[in-house]
Amino acid sequence: MADSALPTAPVPQLAQSVRDRSGVRRLRYYGEKLGGSLVSLFAVILTSFFLFRIIPGDPVRTMTHGRPVSIEQQEQLRRDFGLDKSLAEQFWTYLTGVLRFDLGESFQYNRPVTDLIGDRIWPTVLLVGTSVIVSAALGLWLGVRGAWNHGSLGDRVNTGVALTLWSVPSFWLGLILIVIFASGLGWFPTSGMESTGVEGWERIPDVAHHMVLPLVTLVAVVYAQYLMIMRSSLLDEMGSDYIVTARAKGLRDVIVRRRHAVPNALLPTVTLIFVNLGFVVFGAVLVETIFSWPGLGQLFYSGLSVPDLPLVQGLFILFSAAVILMNLVADLLYPVLDPRVRP
Amino acid sequence: MNGLVWARRRRTAARFWSQYRQNRAGVFGLVVLALFVLTALLAPVLTADNALSVTRPPGSPLQGPSADFLLGTDRSGRSMIDLIIWGSRVSLTVGFWATFISIAFGTLFGILAGHFGGWGSSLLMRVTDWFLVMPSLVLGVALAAVLGRSLTTIIVAIGVTSWPTTARLVRAQTLAVEARPYIERARALGGGHLHVMSNHVLPNVMPIVLAQTTLMVGSAILTESTFAFLGLGDPTTASWGATIQAARDVGAVSSRMWWYILPPGIAIVLVVLAFTLVGRAIEGVLNPKLRER
Amino acid sequence: MALLEVSDLTVTYRTAGGDVPAVRGVSFALDAGQKLGLAGESGCGKSTMALALLRLLPKTARLTGEIRFDGEDLLTMSWGRLRAVRWAGASIVFQGAMHSLNAVQRIGAQIAEPIRLHSRAGEAAARKRAGELLEHVGLPARRADAYPHELSGGQRQRVMIAMALACDPKLIVADEPTTALDVMIQAQILTLIESLVAEQGISLLMISHDLSVLADTCDRLAVMYAGRIVEEGPAAAVFGAARHPYGQALAAAFPRIGDPASRRRPQGLAGDPPDPAELPPGCAFHPRCAVRLDHCDAVDPSLWPAGSGEGARAACVRVLPDDGLSLVPAAKESA
Repeated sequence: MADSALPTAPVPQLAQSVRDRSGVRRLRYYGEKLGGSLVSLFAVILTSFFLFRIIPGDPVRTMTHGRPVSIEQQEQLRRDFGLDKSLAEQFWTYLTGVLRFDLGESFQYNRPVTDLIGDRIWPTVLLVGTSVIVSAALGLWLGVRGAWNHGSLGDRVNTGVALTLWSVPSFWLGLILIVIFASGLGWFPTSGMESTGVEGWERIPDVAHHMVLPLVTLVAVVYAQYLMIMRSSLLDEMGSDYIVTARAKGLRDVIVRRRHAVPNALLPTVTLIFVNLGFVVFGAVLVETIFSWPGLGQLFYSGLSVPDLPLVQGLFILFSAAVILMNLVADLLYPVLDPRVRP
Repeated sequence: MNGLVWARRRRTAARFWSQYRQNRAGVFGLVVLALFVLTALLAPVLTADNALSVTRPPGSPLQGPSADFLLGTDRSGRSMIDLIIWGSRVSLTVGFWATFISIAFGTLFGILAGHFGGWGSSLLMRVTDWFLVMPSLVLGVALAAVLGRSLTTIIVAIGVTSWPTTARLVRAQTLAVEARPYIERARALGGGHLHVMSNHVLPNVMPIVLAQTTLMVGSAILTESTFAFLGLGDPTTASWGATIQAARDVGAVSSRMWWYILPPGIAIVLVVLAFTLVGRAIEGVLNPKLRER
Repeated sequence: MALLEVSDLTVTYRTAGGDVPAVRGVSFALDAGQKLGLAGESGCGKSTMALALLRLLPKTARLTGEIRFDGEDLLTMSWGRLRAVRWAGASIVFQGAMHSLNAVQRIGAQIAEPIRLHSRAGEAAARKRAGELLEHVGLPARRADAYPHELSGGQRQRVMIAMALACDPKLIVADEPTTALDVMIQAQILTLIESLVAEQGISLLMISHDLSVLADTCDRLAVMYAGRIVEEGPAAAVFGAARHPYGQALAAAFPRIGDPASRRRPQGLAGDPPDPAELPPGCAFHPRCAVRLDHCDAVDPSLWPAGSGEGARAACVRVLPDDGLSLVPAAKESA
């Protein structure tokens, strides 16, 4: 039936050339986004270089701040860091190092920063990954419900609770949860990721048990954003004409919501989730510190208190790269969800 | 002519207020804010001279609530209530100044980028993108680690990392305003760039900036407490975040000294929530579509 | 028996500032296969009317009166029954098809959706029917895979029409179907609607601010002002010889092409339609009326037979036997 509508020869050719052009456009779109991310990444590396080496005047003094170091040791450090070379040379060494995943050696642990990151990255991925899934699911679900019954008592309580939790400093909430549920009621461990001596499959419930409080803390301070964005974009959509069309078709409200309103409202929300994902990694610094969760955040905190500059610098690049990567993912995902911006 | 303008502005303000008043949460936020501002201003009157003294504190350390100290004392023997009162000064100062920096830069760059367009605008937006992807806390923490620990560092760190959000918003708003016909007319009548920007664009962009400002103060205060908790603040100032950090240091968590941990946190939540509610209420008045929410 | 019979319909929006009447006692009837045009300025309640017919208004709207469709009262009908009537009994072509279509769904799926809902048709059959409908409105069936933004305004409006025809309804409500389209396309769409409803014997309720468009398409016209019908009758009678001053002004605002008289005396209507929350006393039109009488602010006349043609009526004191003086309340008369 569709074939009968197709005029014969010229049109398929036309369609072909249109497709070619859209292929080029698509390639260009992805190229631009990828290029933008690389430029941002370069800017981050540049920033970190200048921030930690140039601003303080004498980096060695900053590094050794508050510690007794002899003149000879200082000279040694200068040579180690190539500070006797020109700025351009230093940057080149630094840049090539970063690109080879050589982030220098930690003062504090006397180990390559990359190794330290490798050791600590999985606990963070576990905690942050779980928290993002839980908070996104919770936020979106509550957001949809809130928008659908907007103005109702439940909606107002919902929004109020979310806004209040958003205003809570995560570290403080963590402390309160420890006071009540760990040191108070003793339901959960106060710190760490696993108990000593637990082996094999037993580790899974053990880690889960340790993860409850940090997870609750992270979810509590993050889900409000998803809720508010989902709620307001769904409210926007609900006033739209196509929703009236859908209702006029005789669809049940539930179907109108699921099939028409939510897919449209999801667009801005999904972007936000991915953009946020990058930041949440850093947001875990405080929660990991409070709960002694052996991840990157805790590593960062320990680097700060020394201060262990190569470590802090390396994590700075890593955290920023995470944000850039997630922004890129959001950019690439958006056209998949929204045909209007499909290149 | 001028009197006419003023009369119109007064009327606008009156209308704004009558709509704002209908938002109960917004009014609640405003009242809470007023209380905190009052507390911050009157801090020297409300507390004794030696309230913050570590060398000759008013009480003995780590006492629970009593008739003398309603919320107990900290590790140096200072009254928790006094610490909260003085802490409001730190929070509000940091919040206002950081926001001021952020808004000033953001508005300036946003209007410039929106008004002139072209490659300069693209470059400016690229720069804001760089700042946007950098986790503000990381950059702030790095700055603080490098510049030393002080309130100014925290203010600069927050201000410098939060302006891109404002810039993007202002740019979008500028583009919207410049598309209106009366801008065309102002140009046709010979209005220069500066005239158009300051007399036409700025007044129209300001309302949205106002809403953004209020929301931003809240998050700046939250960030400040985080910085202080990470030990990046001035160790001698009695900030709420620093107080919570001190409580953690002395083991208030395991010995369950709730009066040491609870009050500063509640103060932070109240102030941040108040700013958020006020910001949302302003937004609601400015954008009627949002009002029902 | 009339297919659609609306009697004394009122729609009131409950707002924070009090009740706002949007439709104030509207009655009309539409026979099977007939075409009725509903005209008026924006804000006169005509779009509220369109949505009220299928109870599509937000919860803040309160409806009274009766809407009998095919013998059943839509206002008292159960939600389940109402959903069955929606689209299968009466469908709507909305204005500005840009936003009336779901932007992230292919148009074929959107057309097939009501078919699957209201008939036992399977996925494939519904798809096939959607393709046929597209061809019926002059679009190639393969456009079913397109997203709304890939179509022009006129094409989107054709999609809306195809969608409205999907379940063979007895009535189509077309709410400003040609607004926002350029003139050539407007004419095409109007012709399309006309031929389709004629071909399938569908009743049409067309709503527009453009009286000349309605006069060309419809059998009968009704003019709404401030939530009321102030004039109704056969299309030619209302457009050519309106008796209500507002009907006259509206007709004059859209001159008929080739009519030299309308060119010589162009008429505009000063002022804005009243705010539904603060209607003037008496006849709602009197503040803008060029020929008002002294007692127009005290009398709000209902429709009265007037003018030429079958069932022509107008709601103006000037068509009443004594200029409506007998309706003036005593207080006003003595003053």
